[in-house]
Amino acid sequence: MKVAVVVFPGSNCDRDMHYVFSDVFKLKTELVWHTDELPKNIDAIVLPGGFSYGDRLRAGVIAAHSPVISEIKKMAEKRMPILGVCNGFQILVEAGLLPGALLKNTSLTFMCKWTEIIVKNNKTPFTNKLKLNQRIPIAIANGEGRYYADKETLKLLKKNNQIVFTYAEEVNGASLDIAGICNKQRNVVGMMPHPERSAESIINPKNSKPASLIFESLLNTLGVA
Amino acid sequence: MPSFKVDVIIENKPEISDPEGDTILNDLILKKRDTPVKKVRSAKMLKFEVEAKNQKLAEKIVMELCNEFRIYNPLVSKVSVESFDA
Repeated sequence: MKVAVVVFPGSNCDRDMHYVFSDVFKLKTELVWHTDELPKNIDAIVLPGGFSYGDRLRAGVIAAHSPVISEIKKMAEKRMPILGVCNGFQILVEAGLLPGALLKNTSLTFMCKWTEIIVKNNKTPFTNKLKLNQRIPIAIANGEGRYYADKETLKLLKKNNQIVFTYAEEVNGASLDIAGICNKQRNVVGMMPHPERSAESIINPKNSKPASLIFESLLNTLGVA
Repeated sequence: MPSFKVDVIIENKPEISDPEGDTILNDLILKKRDTPVKKVRSAKMLKFEVEAKNQKLAEKIVMELCNEFRIYNPLVSKVSVESFDA
């Protein structure tokens, strides 16, 4: 079993993500440059956080046209588990793999703090070890993290159970306090908070176990838990 | 082939909140003095220079690029173009 962590110019959470998968959860993990082909033998794809292309034009939009994205779209159709975190979430949205948009936070500031999110869908490859409504202490760090969708899209997200995480407190003005969503098939998940910065007790001052279950959920999905 | 300047203005749709415009209005303009200004909306402008047979075609080329590369996000933004002789 192997995870590909895709690296774009300006990604800066790729090494952290690689470390958590490989060193903490002992899963074979490979960093893949965005112009390279995806390795043949991968079982999951992660788009890490950062500032791809310096957030030029709009966060994630230029990376969404990278060569690797067309391959990722094919893997998404094949129901491969795909996780986008922070800028990775923005890229998935801009690539059309997830609905909605990520706008500047209402505070207009880059926010970097601990918060809590609530599990609203525990039937995705990244949440199946979590309980419904379980709270996850987790780090957030973004400037364009305010999830927005129009009324019709929000209605569909609710109807199809595509809201995966909500914030326990109002943090950035996101529609319905959404922190993470999935596609209709539930194999593509995007979230603004950073589980890779929250899954070890040495760096999580609150409780690292719930965030670690996001990774353990993938292990469970891949049959290696 | 003639050249044209095509300005692309991208702004949030009216129903999308614009904290940057609100901040400029509330924390700058309205704080300093009485003003007839009632609203400020922020926007982004991209300035293209395009070779095309005519001005209309130059605008069409730019609009097609905007749509193809998602220069603006149609869910939250609206776009307008203004063109001039280069």
